[in-house]
Amino acid sequence: MKIAITAQQARPDAEVDPRFGRAAAFIIHDSETGESTVVDNSQSTQAAHGAGLQAAERVAKTGAKVVLTGRCGPKAWDALTAAGITIVEGQAGPIPDAISAYLAGTAT
Amino acid sequence: MKIAVASGKGGTGKTTVALALAHAAEGGARLLDCDVEEPNCHLFVRPKREEVLPVTLRAPVIDQERCRLCGKCAEACEFSALAAMPTKVLTFPDLCHGCGACSFVCPSGAITETPIEIGEVRIGSAGDLRLVYGCLHVGKAQAPPVIREVMRHASRRATTIIDAPPGSSCPMVAATRRADFILLVTELTPFGLHDLGLAIDTIEPMGIPMGIVINRVPEGYTDDLALDDRAPVLLRIPESRKIAETYARGGTLLDAMPEMRPQFEELLRLATAGEASRC
Repeated sequence: MKIAITAQQARPDAEVDPRFGRAAAFIIHDSETGESTVVDNSQSTQAAHGAGLQAAERVAKTGAKVVLTGRCGPKAWDALTAAGITIVEGQAGPIPDAISAYLAGTAT
Repeated sequence: MKIAVASGKGGTGKTTVALALAHAAEGGARLLDCDVEEPNCHLFVRPKREEVLPVTLRAPVIDQERCRLCGKCAEACEFSALAAMPTKVLTFPDLCHGCGACSFVCPSGAITETPIEIGEVRIGSAGDLRLVYGCLHVGKAQAPPVIREVMRHASRRATTIIDAPPGSSCPMVAATRRADFILLVTELTPFGLHDLGLAIDTIEPMGIPMGIVINRVPEGYTDDLALDDRAPVLLRIPESRKIAETYARGGTLLDAMPEMRPQFEELLRLATAGEASRC
């Protein structure tokens, strides 16, 4: 299963970005292979409107089934949910910790 | 003749100046209140019997049977009002500007543009003054389409005074772009002068002549040096508790200070002649 995590910098050991739509990047972690890839989101950080929806399209294209982030806006939430993606809010701290906590079932 | 009253910073006295100009215009003016997020000219004009016209925006509705999920609509939308998700294209009418690009690019004819009501235009009269104002519905974000509908009521013959919204972004541009002259009302505060500069930055490329009105001028003030030299100062309105008190009771500047009427007549003359920008 692929997990998308909002990242403050475009690297797998960055901190979780508290914002979904305007996150600097997404880390796509494949829990089967343990590999992480980076998806740039800088275009959405510059958008005047609809950043969350652009970001949702971007995440959906990666095939991710779960999003770990700080907070996700209502429009992006609707779009992600329509794509069958589960959103886990309230995440913070280093991305590897957030992934481990989620996979261990202890993410809050 | 269309004269727009704009400012940059809000609360500098646009409505005060717009009402005074409308009342000073000979033979009855047409007043267009384009501050559609919070129109207030009607509180002073108190028009009798208003005609109400709905303003709609044509937003996309997708026929999911026909949609082939190509995503061209979402790509074409400048405002992300459509999101192409893997199994469904979602629409967000709140973000739609009604341009129609999505249905134009759709190769399967899956998009129909359906009117949604975003606000209304109200038309009324008091004496020889005709007031047209827009009201954006609560919760809607698209002011420019409502402003454009109000602007359609500009008169070809009568003097038209436009009370523009504050700021220097799309709503302000929508209200001022068809004006023959723009008056910028400012106050002598850092915020007022800073935003006056932004408003001038916005108007300059439109090539519309403009002039400045300074409101709440303290007694003994003579120095206009701190002001923007790209537009001439055409009028100074004194700091006056009487104006504020009258305004708070729904009275206008000319109710409080009828002796200023000739100055507004002169302001109308200057704007009409378009001389202000050239002198």
